[in-house]
Amino acid sequence: MLNNIAGVLAPYVATPTGDFESIQTTVVGAGGASSITFSSIPSTYKNLQIRAILRSAGASNASSSMQFNGDTAANYSSHSLTGDGASASAGASVSASNIGGVQYWTNTSLFSTEIIDILDYANTNKYKTTRMLAGVDGNGSGYVTLTSGNWRSTAAISSIVINVQGANNFAQYSSFALYGIKG
Amino acid sequence: MAVTYEPIATYTVPSAQASYTFTSISQAYTDLVLVVSGSNSSGDSQISIQVGNGSVNTGTVYSTTFMYGNGTSAASSRDSTQSWAHVARLDTTLGNSIIQFMNYSNTTTYKTILGRGNDATLTMATVSLVRDTVATNTIKLQANDAGSINFTTGTTFTLYGIKAA
Repeated sequence: MLNNIAGVLAPYVATPTGDFESIQTTVVGAGGASSITFSSIPSTYKNLQIRAILRSAGASNASSSMQFNGDTAANYSSHSLTGDGASASAGASVSASNIGGVQYWTNTSLFSTEIIDILDYANTNKYKTTRMLAGVDGNGSGYVTLTSGNWRSTAAISSIVINVQGANNFAQYSSFALYGIKG
Repeated sequence: MAVTYEPIATYTVPSAQASYTFTSISQAYTDLVLVVSGSNSSGDSQISIQVGNGSVNTGTVYSTTFMYGNGTSAASSRDSTQSWAHVARLDTTLGNSIIQFMNYSNTTTYKTILGRGNDATLTMATVSLVRDTVATNTIKLQANDAGSINFTTGTTFTLYGIKAA
């Protein structure tokens, strides 16, 4: 029971040690990358967590996106609450082809950060829900955001793709780490 | 599989004090997670944090973007060019915060800190920047910037390390 509560609430509640395991990590090399894929994800955990830092190798800031099991159809939706230092605003994306992710910037010293929880990812009786805490601060600019996402599929998630938008590849040293949280 | 989420240190405030510092933090992890649970001696206040290597950076290298809701509305604000990062909240009755130090041991990039916290009056999310490329092995928490108020007895600070494969 404790494990279940802690897992669902992570990262807001500390997860019992030993129930949180590293599954895969990808660090982007010198050539940059247009996408990151976690594949062959075991179904032996209760929840997944992605912890990432990312920066744009392109000429402009951009936003990433996430898809599951290679599904590129309009089966995703998301809602967000974002603070930009001046005001808080809400956004939504419905019947979309992905779940929108974190903005990533071009500044060479600033990596955007994100923590994504994917809840009950292996359950084949329910649609999948995600949530994200993300942000970047640039000493006078930046944002912080809370996002919930939904994938309308009952399939167990076995692969995750995080894509760039446009020509703004993930820059070298961007890092994506996937963890499994036991139930 | 190897354990990847480990407690590093825990401190329980024995009597009211204005600050506490974690020192000699292992560089063996990818991220750090700091859990704060407690209260302070003087009403709503941001928890102030400084980081560094060997000692904390006391320069104006910190900035924070806030988003918060108080039960009536949501808002956002920003602190720039500060001598402290303002990562989360405490008040006299309660406060719970989870503070994420992402890629803390990296020596080539500035450091970003994500925070989620609440007190009796609001809930908030924060992102802070430390314009310093040193690996973090020292973290100082203070109940406010001035050091004029205290963490109350029983407030806990627990530091965890998360290790990527």
